[in-house]
Amino acid sequence: MKYSIFSLLRNAFSYHENWPAAWRSPDPRSAYDVVIVGGGGHGLATAYYLARNHRITNVAVLEKGWLGGGNTGRNTTIIRSNYLWDESAHLYEHALRLYEGLSRDLNYNIMLSQRGVLNLAHNLGDLRELSRRVNAIRLNGIDSEILNPAEIKAMVPILNTSPSSRYPVLGASLQRRGGTARHDAVAWGLARGADARGVDIIQNCEVTGIRHSGGAVEGVETTRGYIRTKKVGVVVAGHASVLAEMAGFRLPVESHPLQALVSEPIKPIHHCVVMSNAVHVYVSQSDKGELVIGAGIDAYHSYAQRGSLPVIEEQMGALIELFPIFSRLRMLRQWGGIVDVCPDASPIIGKTPVRNLYFNCGWGTGGFKATPGSGWVFAHTIAHDTPHPLNAAFTLERFTSGALIDEHGAAAVAH
Amino acid sequence: MNEQRFRLFAGGRIDRERAVRFDFDGERYTGFAGDTVASALLAHGVHLVGRSFKYHRPRGILSAGAEEPNALLQVGRGAYTLPNQRATQVELYAGLSATSQNRWPSLRFDAGAVSSLLSPLFPAGFYYKTFMWPPSFWLRHYEPLIRRAAGLGRSPTEPDPDRYEKMHVHCDVLVVGAGAAGLAAALSAGRTGARVMLADEQSEPGGWLLGSKTAIDDAPAVEWIASALEDLRSMPEVRVLPRTTVTGYYDHNYLVALERVGDHLPPGTGGARPRQRLWKIRARQVVLATGAHERPLVFRNNDRPGIMLAGAARQYVNRYAVRPGESAVVVTNNDSAYPAAIDLSDCGMQVHIVDVRSRPPEAMAAAARQRSIEIFAGHALVAAHGHARVREVTLASLDAARTGYTGTPRRLSCDLVAMSGGLNPAVHLFSQSRGRIVYSPERGCFVPGESVQAERSAGAANGTFPLAYCLSEGREAGKAAAAAAGFRKRGGLRSPKVEGEREQPAEAWWISPPSRAGAPLNKHFVDFQNDVSAADIALAAREGYRSVEHVKRYTTTGMGTDQGKTSNTNAIAIISQTLGVDPSQVGVTTFRPPYTPLTFGALAGRDIGELADPVRTTPMHDWHLAHGAAFEDVGQWKRPWYYPAAGESMQDAVDRECLAARNAIGILDATTLGKIDIQGADAAEFLDRIYTNGFRKLAPGRCRYGLMCGEDGMVFDDGVTARLADRHFLMSTTTGGAARVLAWLEEWSQTEWPELEVYFNSVTEQYAVASISGPFARALLEELATGIDLGPEALPFMSWGEGRVAGIPARIVRVSFTGESSFEINVPSDYGLYLWTTLMRAGARYGITPFGTEAMHVLRAEKGFIIAGQDTDGTVTPDDLGLGRMVSRHKDFIGKRSLARPDCRRADRKQLVGLLTEDPQTVLPEGAQIVDRVLPRPPMKMIGHVTSSYFSANLGRSIALALLRGGRERHGERVVLPLPKRRVAATVTAPVFYDEQGERLRA
Ligand SMILES: Cc1cc2nc3c(=O)[nH]c(=O)nc-3n(C[C@H](O)[C@H](O)[C@H](O)COP(=O)(O)OP(=O)(O)OC[C@H]3O[C@@H](n4cnc5c(N)ncnc54)[C@H](O)[C@@H]3O)c2cc1C
Repeated sequence: MKYSIFSLLRNAFSYHENWPAAWRSPDPRSAYDVVIVGGGGHGLATAYYLARNHRITNVAVLEKGWLGGGNTGRNTTIIRSNYLWDESAHLYEHALRLYEGLSRDLNYNIMLSQRGVLNLAHNLGDLRELSRRVNAIRLNGIDSEILNPAEIKAMVPILNTSPSSRYPVLGASLQRRGGTARHDAVAWGLARGADARGVDIIQNCEVTGIRHSGGAVEGVETTRGYIRTKKVGVVVAGHASVLAEMAGFRLPVESHPLQALVSEPIKPIHHCVVMSNAVHVYVSQSDKGELVIGAGIDAYHSYAQRGSLPVIEEQMGALIELFPIFSRLRMLRQWGGIVDVCPDASPIIGKTPVRNLYFNCGWGTGGFKATPGSGWVFAHTIAHDTPHPLNAAFTLERFTSGALIDEHGAAAVAH
Repeated sequence: MNEQRFRLFAGGRIDRERAVRFDFDGERYTGFAGDTVASALLAHGVHLVGRSFKYHRPRGILSAGAEEPNALLQVGRGAYTLPNQRATQVELYAGLSATSQNRWPSLRFDAGAVSSLLSPLFPAGFYYKTFMWPPSFWLRHYEPLIRRAAGLGRSPTEPDPDRYEKMHVHCDVLVVGAGAAGLAAALSAGRTGARVMLADEQSEPGGWLLGSKTAIDDAPAVEWIASALEDLRSMPEVRVLPRTTVTGYYDHNYLVALERVGDHLPPGTGGARPRQRLWKIRARQVVLATGAHERPLVFRNNDRPGIMLAGAARQYVNRYAVRPGESAVVVTNNDSAYPAAIDLSDCGMQVHIVDVRSRPPEAMAAAARQRSIEIFAGHALVAAHGHARVREVTLASLDAARTGYTGTPRRLSCDLVAMSGGLNPAVHLFSQSRGRIVYSPERGCFVPGESVQAERSAGAANGTFPLAYCLSEGREAGKAAAAAAGFRKRGGLRSPKVEGEREQPAEAWWISPPSRAGAPLNKHFVDFQNDVSAADIALAAREGYRSVEHVKRYTTTGMGTDQGKTSNTNAIAIISQTLGVDPSQVGVTTFRPPYTPLTFGALAGRDIGELADPVRTTPMHDWHLAHGAAFEDVGQWKRPWYYPAAGESMQDAVDRECLAARNAIGILDATTLGKIDIQGADAAEFLDRIYTNGFRKLAPGRCRYGLMCGEDGMVFDDGVTARLADRHFLMSTTTGGAARVLAWLEEWSQTEWPELEVYFNSVTEQYAVASISGPFARALLEELATGIDLGPEALPFMSWGEGRVAGIPARIVRVSFTGESSFEINVPSDYGLYLWTTLMRAGARYGITPFGTEAMHVLRAEKGFIIAGQDTDGTVTPDDLGLGRMVSRHKDFIGKRSLARPDCRRADRKQLVGLLTEDPQTVLPEGAQIVDRVLPRPPMKMIGHVTSSYFSANLGRSIALALLRGGRERHGERVVLPLPKRRVAATVTAPVFYDEQGERLRA
């Protein structure tokens, strides 16, 4: 059933009791053409674009818990494409463009909210770095501009721009097309779209082994039985290294907890996203009224989806530095996800030492903004057994060739 | 002035001698000390206190505690204002000012309530299905509309005038909750001599007992509480913390509690005390005695003001001496509502009981009937009626299947409905501790499963509800916790005597069927704050959102400020009914910290404002201040940036400083550079592995410039290291990188090479450093130095010596970042200012001139010296910088393997070059990009960027350093840099603009 104001009206008469399921809950079949491991946004987007762009529909998405329950459902939903290096800029910009049409494409409102993303500079080094980035981003044809403190104040009047603060705000870069989207809606809309095109989305189905012989993949062992398949795409974020181990190779990925929190809902007072690397915190306000706040990873490695308190305490100090008026507000919920961090803070999207086994991981603290773009190029990679031009540089081999794409600057404050 | 018409003449824990005035929505009221805002409003018969989030339905007071979803108020004025305060927990203080939220123009006439009329169009998740057409409307029209409706209360708009503190404590046993079980646990643990902390969120200990009429040891329960507290006070190791909510349970029995030190006092009157204190507690053992929350029943219009939890009604009667209405209908699926009905009746209300069970508990029913309370057994509430207050209810007899009604429905008029759907153990902290909660079909609720940490649950928190059992379970838990922490005491503690309560089992019954088959359940509310109805939950399940987490996110049930304390179990039960599975199969959502919302300010504590990050200054700082320096933040340090003389622009000052350093003497405060003292038998070996170049053969008395790479072979820090003795080095690092480098050294030493004997100490703040450069630097120093030969043979470039300068013991190091002959004078910190002023006085006749970081940057750029982090960005190898000769081929070092990768050997890597603009007056902006070809508009292919750029007074023109693809092969080429409004052409050169042979610096 197509979603629209008219279908809502029509269904109001039957007390909304006739809405069909957004996706089926099928039992796994014994074989598929392609199995996608991981029902997060990236896995679902991969399945969706396999079906939509490549007409490959005999596909299963296997999710060990509930779809969208990993980092997709835990992130702070910041979307932007202002990355430094050409390879990243093109990939993230492609994703942002897809996001801009995604609600209509999926017929599911993902509530993309392009109210602008500000990155603050607090010292001369920050300013220098900022202008380098803005110049590079603009020369890549992506919108980006620099604001001075007065312009920042005009845009975010509640921000502490006092020159006497510990680390005064000296400037900011702004991407107006940046903003947020509703994370659950992205996962659900993609799941509904993939399901409608024939993809089986199988929840509560954990992959426990990857079978291969003669160097090529044959199938996956799961908690719901063995599934034969010609190709496997693995998109499991923080658990990428676990799956790689099942397949018999290692990834240059470290898994860390990353935390976030929200305040109680308050009437709208903060309209864009403000991020600061130096006074380490970022904050936006959701359409529900909650302030959504994040900062950096927990330093230790872990697969447990929770973090430690000191990280939150520091984050709150930074928040109040930037927004002194928020001091009396309260933290409503705090949670963590496990992020997969590559040495160069860029993802790995492509082939692996095992034939027909593909990995998409290493998005670390910032992969939500890439979701549709990541699925688009990964679907292409799986369908053609060769990368899309946009992900050609994001190979696993780059760690042996040295052709790294260092985006630490873009990921200094995790988001 | 309004009257407390519903205040009882006697009883309760309020102090009738102390009247307290407050106002609500502009009306003046008076309550008593001991009241909450909720109890004081109820004493005036005020039930309507708020509007719900989505439909703006009128809402009253549901509970008497932390679980309250409805009665949220904006409390306090101006800078002190607080949104979303639960009226049920806010203690009354003189002058308190509260307003209702989420309504306009007033609570009674709320324009937002039109959304209630449109509610048939707004089922769960409706926004995912619409607002998509036309596309351009979303950002401009639809979303602003949604945002306008967002939020509940208002943020303060001024900085917080209050202060927050933190406490770190260890204890043997932490008891959370001071109800019957918690007090019993604290008593039995305390008497063993263990260090016990007992924290309770309420203003006084006692918990549920405070609202009951139960007798313990034949006396009112409050007397038992008082004597328990007296016992606890007599135990020196026991600390009782009232108004303290344990909000988080983290790994390794680390718990966090928030003490509300001053929230019950008028704002600004707490004196020196903080408003709140955050306790960070490391407990050997934990006893969770957090009690239980009562569940609402789900029937049509169950959200009307005047409908409250039965236990809460009882609290208002017994604890606050308030009669919550004239005429009550008590509706229940369990026994606990009977004592509530009796208490309501005893305070003069007319009472009816509706019990969904067909066999009510005999003794209790008899006691009720004695008070002429009519009991409707086997009945359920079909609906409530009334708008701003419940007026009437419809009840009907349940059919045999209990999914519909038989017989004629009846109406009862009432102004209070007290409901009880059973109790939910407060398992939040248990779940946070990573314990799994399990569904208990006998008790119809989720209870703690096995403990994961050193923790035990007791009493209602454990699903144990009768008082006698709570007391004994608490006592045993306290004793066992103390024993596990190593404290024992012989002899049992006597069990207090309580009246036996034999309970009938509660019926696992959650929701009233619709009045007729097929009628919608869209006014059967499950989550009050977010207006989630049973229909919404069923819709979610039907649409495929079946996992509890999906239902929660799709419908927003349990996502309000109460985090679903009253709604979660009902939601799970309804999902299980819709899907036809057992509640245990639906699963539970994860409980996340905090238990109740936690003030941001309390989490930040004192680490804000001036204390946000320590300000580091050098011993010479006051001199710089007195001489008008402008400062730059470098890491935590304040460094002089330049010293403008009267009437000088920044450029004037920097020019003057740069000229002085090359033609007279420049003096720089170099104290901030990181200094790491490295000692041990393997110190030289260790440095050999850390730096790309060799340090083993460095002779004592000599220094060497070193480059450090990450594992990826990219330059990460640099600096000069001096060999002080065979096993003793002094490493210098960049100012901003000092802490990172020390951590790096420690990490490699501790985790990778523990076999090497080497120790590190930060000595940055032990020494003050003045660096003098220029043609007369040696002459000046010779005037002041004793016991050291400063001649170029005795103390050549890249060596150090010891002597005295101005009588102070000093280490003089011949390094140069300016490219001039330089002497870095290190003295113990305390002498820093004296050294500086002495140098300034003696140097006056040479024209000594202090210079700041800006001039330093210009001078070093003239020489092509890099700044790690400015001319490098984590993607630059030593060879890219033209420093390939510093990469040893004879030893291993961090990053070596990576440097062998093909990409690191490409000829067209980005390499450091100089840029000279065609117009010598044009200074390129740092960060400008070099493109291979300028096009009318982006995209353009970028081949490099400007890393450093200045006007050089010494050269009389601008200079710049850049990283340029294949740059070393491009010297002499012309490149173009497109800037936002113009483009600049420049010639590529070698990255050295001055004294290429280094004669001056060796002089
Ligand atoms: C707190 C936090 C804040 C963030 N903020 C932002 C932000 O603001 N902007 C941004 O762009 N990014 C952000 N991110 C990063 C972003 O969330 C992730 O990069 C992105 O969502 C990853 O999507 P995914 O689909 O690859 O992973 P996930 O959504 O984690 O999906 C992976 C799925 O794989 C499943 N899985 C794992 N193992 C198995 C197995 N053996 N078998 C079957 N299934 C398995 C998991 O259950 C999971 O559902 C944030 C992350 C966190 C944790």
